[in-house]
Amino acid sequence: MNAPDEAGIDNEAARRPAGLLARLDEHDMFWSFRHSPLVMLAALVTLVMVVSSLGAPVIAPYNPFDMASISLLDSLLPPVWIDEGTWSYPLGTDNQGRDMLSTILYGSRISILVGFASVAFAMVLGIVLGLVAGYTGGWLDAFLTRIADIQLSFPAILIALLIDGVARAAFGGEIGEDRTAFGVLILAIGLSFWVQYARTVRGSVFVEKHKEYVQAAQVIGLPPFLIVFRHILPNVMGPVLVIATIQLALAIITEATLSFLGVGVPPTSPSLGTLIRIGNDFLFSGEWWITVFPGVALVLLVLSVNLLGDWLRDILNPKLK
Amino acid sequence: MIWFVTKRFVQAILVLVVVALIAFAMFRYLGDPVNMMVGIETSIEQRDKLREQLGLNDSVVVQFGRFLERAARFEFGISYQHRKAVSALIAQRLPATLELSLVSVILALAVGIPMGVYTALRRDGLLARIFMTVSLIGVSLPTFLIGILLILFFGVILQWLPTFGRGEVVNIGGWTTGLLTPSGLQALILPAITLAIFQMTLVVRLIRAEMLEVLRTDYIKFCRARGLRTRSIHFRHALKNTLVPVITIVGLQLGTVIAFAIITETVFQWPGMGLLFIQAVTTVDIPIMAAYLMLIATFFVIINLIVDMLYFAVDPRLRVQS
Amino acid sequence: MTASTRQITPVLEVRGLTVEFPSRRGLVTAARDVNLAVAAGEILGVVGESGAGKSTIGNAVMGLLDPPGHISAGEVLLEGERIDTLGAQAMRRIRGRRVAMIFQDPLTSLDPLQTVGDQIVETIVTHLDMSEPKARSRAVELLGQVGIPAPETRVDQYPHQFSGGMRQRVVIALSLCAEPDVIIADEPTTALDVSIQAQILSLLRRLVRDHGVGMILITHDMGVIADVTDRVTVMYRGRVVEEGPTRKILGDPDHTYTRSLISAVPRPDRRFDRFPLVEYIEAASSATRKIDIRTHWLGRVRDFGPAREGGGPLLEARGLRLRFSTRWSLMPSKRRYVQAVDDVAFEIAPGEVFGLVGESGSGKSTIARIVTGLYRPQAGSVLFAGQDLTALGSRRAVNRYRRQMQMIFQDPFSSLNPRMRVRDIVAEPIRFHRLTEAQSETRGIVDDLLEHVGLGESAGKKYPHEFSGGQRQRISIARALATRPRFLICDEPTSALDVSIQAQILNLLKDLQEELGLTMLFISHDLPVIRQMCDRVAVMREGKIVETAPTERLFDTPQHEYSRHLLDLMPRLDIVKRSPDVAPA
Repeated sequence: MNAPDEAGIDNEAARRPAGLLARLDEHDMFWSFRHSPLVMLAALVTLVMVVSSLGAPVIAPYNPFDMASISLLDSLLPPVWIDEGTWSYPLGTDNQGRDMLSTILYGSRISILVGFASVAFAMVLGIVLGLVAGYTGGWLDAFLTRIADIQLSFPAILIALLIDGVARAAFGGEIGEDRTAFGVLILAIGLSFWVQYARTVRGSVFVEKHKEYVQAAQVIGLPPFLIVFRHILPNVMGPVLVIATIQLALAIITEATLSFLGVGVPPTSPSLGTLIRIGNDFLFSGEWWITVFPGVALVLLVLSVNLLGDWLRDILNPKLK
Repeated sequence: MIWFVTKRFVQAILVLVVVALIAFAMFRYLGDPVNMMVGIETSIEQRDKLREQLGLNDSVVVQFGRFLERAARFEFGISYQHRKAVSALIAQRLPATLELSLVSVILALAVGIPMGVYTALRRDGLLARIFMTVSLIGVSLPTFLIGILLILFFGVILQWLPTFGRGEVVNIGGWTTGLLTPSGLQALILPAITLAIFQMTLVVRLIRAEMLEVLRTDYIKFCRARGLRTRSIHFRHALKNTLVPVITIVGLQLGTVIAFAIITETVFQWPGMGLLFIQAVTTVDIPIMAAYLMLIATFFVIINLIVDMLYFAVDPRLRVQS
Repeated sequence: MTASTRQITPVLEVRGLTVEFPSRRGLVTAARDVNLAVAAGEILGVVGESGAGKSTIGNAVMGLLDPPGHISAGEVLLEGERIDTLGAQAMRRIRGRRVAMIFQDPLTSLDPLQTVGDQIVETIVTHLDMSEPKARSRAVELLGQVGIPAPETRVDQYPHQFSGGMRQRVVIALSLCAEPDVIIADEPTTALDVSIQAQILSLLRRLVRDHGVGMILITHDMGVIADVTDRVTVMYRGRVVEEGPTRKILGDPDHTYTRSLISAVPRPDRRFDRFPLVEYIEAASSATRKIDIRTHWLGRVRDFGPAREGGGPLLEARGLRLRFSTRWSLMPSKRRYVQAVDDVAFEIAPGEVFGLVGESGSGKSTIARIVTGLYRPQAGSVLFAGQDLTALGSRRAVNRYRRQMQMIFQDPFSSLNPRMRVRDIVAEPIRFHRLTEAQSETRGIVDDLLEHVGLGESAGKKYPHEFSGGQRQRISIARALATRPRFLICDEPTSALDVSIQAQILNLLKDLQEELGLTMLFISHDLPVIRQMCDRVAVMREGKIVETAPTERLFDTPQHEYSRHLLDLMPRLDIVKRSPDVAPA
């Protein structure tokens, strides 16, 4: 009741200079982005990490999987600013003589790809099930909701572990081939995350479908399929975007955790979690860099994505305005 | 009230049966149980005899019924890996996990709730902003990394605290506790903090969001318009209303902690169920996986039941019909 | 100050009050140089449309402006002493103790987790030096005073156990706890049904007289002003435009805005062809060109059903029934239903405007949704041009009829998809039903429709949020017309709008109805609006039609007791009446 009316706006003060930046500023989202340095920094870090890791084969100084290029003589070298460190390996080397910087770049690549793939999988599955459940209601909705409730009461990591364990048993103990291992991992993470999307979408659909614009579409005669995808879906994407961002961070953490526990990516293509696991063995002997640098990379990545997710949530939450 | 409880109870039983079905399917159809139990040198006749003994030749329904009946007594057969009864293995490990989880939850709530309330009430204060930043870092740190960093700092560099195991334990009627010995308490510190940090940050953010929502409601505005004291508005009206939805989440947290203990136990080599489970996953020790699944499900169901009762007690809208 | 006669010194006075809300889009001045004063035992009405700054005044007086809003000039005086400069603690002691406030929505104003008694006792103990047991007996006494039956038992109940009207009584009791000097009531009856509204207003009137408090009653409703206030302050866009005794302002207003506001209020006593439009009202280019239905696109082939125009009704409802389940249970005896529509039948002749009137929950909107096919009735049938729609099987067949039947919804803020451009919103039905040959033709028609509803072609490029409520309702009308309908259902099309905007939209609907020869089902809870719009009316109560009659006859000689009751509750602006205190139901 306290909200002031726009009619009273002082027009002189509200007049803005032309120009692209100024025009973009009129959008609340862009304005808020430009006025929060932390968010801009987070976006920059995310961008740099995504680009550099995807371009790892081009950017990285060494190919850590090329046996010919690594020498055991160079193993366990510290980073450059410690005695014995060398500029050839700015962040030092691991126990097999691989360059830490290169392994981190390659490792982030795997972490990011697995993260994106599992979020995309969970999102598509969750959105479709949420839309169907929310729009049709009835027993289908009751059924899906019940499944979602049960699954939601188990933490994602446990579900992922179980799916992984089941897949392992099904494939006879060892998941040999890389592609299968990645498939299982993405499936495991994705299946443990879909519920969030489904619940949110279902809830939003429940709100939206009682709004009069949906009834107007029904009165026009549009079939349910068109109503759901043309009218309802665009209006429930806001919260989905927020969840997707936050879950990207969660998915990267989950992958790292699974890999750390030794049930994630195959050892032949180590992710950040695998690197930390390997480094963990050298923690007590003083070679801390093998653990700490991949850890820092992981935290930077996840923190940046989380910052973006937090900001998106605040921006898209009309109640906070 | 009785109707409500019965309904919830029936639902709980249903959930358990569904989970049991999954566990049974895992046990029965993932690999051949007989081949898992015996060595290469076992003859075909011996295998068939074992198969008959285990009842694997009966119909599926009978087998599932037997599985359910044995699960109710918490019998899950012999571990493939350890060659011991699963129930004994779990019973031996259960106290370690429960102690760790309970201490972590108490820690997470005791620190998280006041922090959450504070950040909601002083939304723009400096300290509140610092809390929020810390909590964001908290959710961005994977549990295992927190553990590793704590080990590196307090264990390796400062050498203040033990970094693995439970320390000395006291056995009280089959329940081993580390809470009564100095070394047991010391050993608990790092794992408990590790496990609590992630939960704590979640609690802070949740309480803050819920409370901000409540502070915006008309009835809080009406409280202010009636000139009630700020303390009373914040704690008697706003906090109470905040806690209603929070109860559910906290209940779920308790369950989550037990599962997250898997990671913490791995990092700190804590001899609990989680460590047992993760070893079972890597070695495909299905009886242990099935038992763990059933146990966790039982915990969740019980916690959910308690949460529902609490809800009932706190919210008059459920208790008193209009 | 204008020439108002005030013998006693005011208890509360606001002088030159200006309230500003800084925002990044500029400084919003919600109230500018506002003066008003209220004396003990008097009700001062503050009236204005949305955005007038009425609520801002109330919040500013209470010191409850949401940051960053603040008082930038002027002063608030309580019995001659400034209170706007007081510190937070001192102000808190004034709130509730000397100035109390009542909010609009009784359903959200009370803490759901505490009993009504606890909330009253806490308020009393906070302000008065009183022990808890004494405060409790006072709480019971207060509940009795505001007309709550059996206060001794109800004092221990929770808010959700009270109905909306009863909760507003509890809110009023809470405001009376510490015997304040002034009560600010911000739209206290807007969320309530007319009959409850009348009871609450007479309660407020009685309490003001008995307790000798001054009341500032903030409302958008001229009827409420006429009903209970002694003096009125009229606000427009943050400024006071006129002030004086209610009788004078309503009977002989000086300011043009007041005049236009009063003339926009639908008259219950006479039917006009159009609402007189005055300046001061949101600009809207009224359609310059009249539509000639013989040549216009809207008049082109409407592929009427086979049994067309045999002189029979265009729409006929027979024995409609629909009940909703409110509580489902495994045991059939424990299931609860509400009979939303109970054996409803009516006929609408071609070209006729048929009204449905009733209080909320009477089933009006449900009938609209049955007619359009959004709900399926459990019994009965809907016949359109002789064809039984409920018997049609395929979607194709249904769509052929549905196209001729369109609907205008109540809430302009939710009836347009916020993610679509206005042009696409209006074009969607044309494209879906393939009513044109080419895209270019569609575009031309959309622009033409937007022009006709008074928006201009440039509106098409924008999104719904760029328009005001009235303009959005025009977009809704354009969309409804885009299928070339013969039959239009208007479900409370103006109840979410300010009166001046309502007058414009009703005029537009009247024009279109005449030009296009539309048949209409017009649903409203507002009897004066019904009188202005409809040829025949059906009065609904609890899912049943209690009376159907030509509009004039219903208003002159209502037959059914309930119709008479509703007509009695209609606010009348011309005579400032004082209803006797109505005993609480």
